[in-house]
Amino acid sequence: MKFALAAVAIGLAGFTVAAQAQSITGAGSTFAAPIYGKWGEAAATAVGIQLNYQAVGSGAGINQINNRTVDFGASDMPVKAEALAEHKLMQFPTVIGGVDVIINLPGIKANELKLTGPLLADIYLGKITKWNDKAIAEVNPGLKLPSTAIATVHRADGSGTTFVFTDYLSMQSAEWKEKVGASTSVSWPNGAGAKGSDGVAATVRQIPGGIGYNESAYAEQNHLTTTMMRNADGKFVAPTMEAFAASAANADWSKVQNFAIDLNDQKGAESWPIESATFVLLPTDPKDEKQSAAVKKFFDWGFTHGNDIAAKLLYIPLPAKVQDAVRTAWKAVPGGM
Amino acid sequence: MQQAAALNASSGSRSKFRPGDPIFAALSRASGIFVLLLLGSLILSLFVGGIPAFRHFGLGFLFSTTWDPVKEIFGAGVSIYGTVMTAVLSMILAVPLAFGIAFYLTELAPAWLKRPVGIAVELLAAVPSIIYGMWGFFVIVPLMSQYVEPTLIDLFDGVPVLEDLFAGPPFGTGIFTAALILTVMVVPFIAATMRDVFETVPPVFKESAYGLGCTTWEVMRSIVAPYTRTSVIGGIMLGFGRALGETMAVTFVIGNSAHISASLFSSGNTIASIVALEFPESPAGSLKLSSLLALGFILFVISFIVLAISRTLLRPKLKV
Repeated sequence: MKFALAAVAIGLAGFTVAAQAQSITGAGSTFAAPIYGKWGEAAATAVGIQLNYQAVGSGAGINQINNRTVDFGASDMPVKAEALAEHKLMQFPTVIGGVDVIINLPGIKANELKLTGPLLADIYLGKITKWNDKAIAEVNPGLKLPSTAIATVHRADGSGTTFVFTDYLSMQSAEWKEKVGASTSVSWPNGAGAKGSDGVAATVRQIPGGIGYNESAYAEQNHLTTTMMRNADGKFVAPTMEAFAASAANADWSKVQNFAIDLNDQKGAESWPIESATFVLLPTDPKDEKQSAAVKKFFDWGFTHGNDIAAKLLYIPLPAKVQDAVRTAWKAVPGGM
Repeated sequence: MQQAAALNASSGSRSKFRPGDPIFAALSRASGIFVLLLLGSLILSLFVGGIPAFRHFGLGFLFSTTWDPVKEIFGAGVSIYGTVMTAVLSMILAVPLAFGIAFYLTELAPAWLKRPVGIAVELLAAVPSIIYGMWGFFVIVPLMSQYVEPTLIDLFDGVPVLEDLFAGPPFGTGIFTAALILTVMVVPFIAATMRDVFETVPPVFKESAYGLGCTTWEVMRSIVAPYTRTSVIGGIMLGFGRALGETMAVTFVIGNSAHISASLFSSGNTIASIVALEFPESPAGSLKLSSLLALGFILFVISFIVLAISRTLLRPKLKV
């Protein structure tokens, strides 16, 4: 909700700045709304492009670009190659965000508790029900764990954050993959659902023994109690900007089509295991080439000059070589830059 | 003489054609038909949108308790259960409370207190539902999870039936909390209606009863209640309808999970809440979107059934 409010406020502020600038419209991801809002504000004065972005949710954003009612769509979940071809779309990532695991265990401070992917899956499957379970104690030698019951909390509304989290659990646990799977909303085996990032944070805070997940930017700004996670190299890492950036840098972007990379569980001693890029969808047969050119110009400006703004909002900018690859891929879309 | 002439002139002008009348008649007829068209097209579009889901899942859609967006298996069972359960529970709590408020306001309250309490009831009815949702989430839910639910769970532990009704981890959210919030939301509606109709009872009826030596309670039971019975039922049904369709406030406190459990403290969802939560992430043409539209249609049908029941309850009065 805070994100949405911020986006509205930013949108209103931007509206007064440049009236005769070229205006582009976009819709979709709420996760990326704060950064697009800030970029829009800055780009309006810098390159004269006025962005009108509606944070309606990834699914709705994909619907809108399929119907061509906006100039670009934004999705947290990469769109499948067949769907891209069917609707004549090209896809590129813009920024990266991490997902944190948050807990409420009296006496345990941020990043003291260590968890692994399989443990997290078993907790959300309801197989581990007490915090002093042997399996948790094994990876946390020396930490005094209470016997409190574990209360899992998840996003009740369809959300890209849920996709990243459940995708990670599917990688870590065959049982999770088979029983639940990965999507923007899934059939949760147990626990309570809360609406929005703020709902999950508040619910976890209210229940002793609670565990949930949140975008790292939200967790950081609200000083939530995060946990360490074990990464693919077997090292325990805390959710920091450095760990998120390491994971993005260690990923092999060259192998995937349409940039549809899965950043979960990347190799590297420093890498944070749960994170994802957010994507933009652009028509390859634009009604108005001038509009597509403006969209490209906007994101080109964001890549070149917007990295500081992104970092300030706790997003991780794309690695430079990936940004260059995106610029090359843009050639598939008519309309120069 | 002059008066008669004036009278003639005026009656003459009255018999002339006046375009206002047919225009007004046409406009009011159009308004009436517009309502029918609007309702018809709403129901039709929900039904047409829901056809793929009805066709794919058949009648089982109504009873299936699975809601799995990954495997694309959808059922309305949990949502229908949650919708009806929260609405009925809230009615059980709200009707006696609203009756108490209305009874106090019309019969017992001193004159100087009637206005402030009456205005407070009306103000409560005007509070937007999102405010109730936030208040419920940040104030009521912590109270429930820390004090009310653990106490009730301990209290009824070992008592048959009740120990199943009040069980499970005290999340604070759930069917019971949702019903509580709904109660607070519908009480003003029902209380305001009851108060208004209680006041329509002719004073001479009540005075005669008092004259015969009736107590206040006897007057209420034997004079006021029968006289206003149908209107009171109408007010209750109004509240019930609101409880069935309430979205935002319920979404905040019901816990939103697709499971049915015997415990009133367990999380659930309602038709309105699941549509509000899942709609933004439902791609056009997907089975999920169709299932959500089908759910909307089912909610329409449930509301219609409630309305039909209240109409039949009102019928005896119409004959008199």
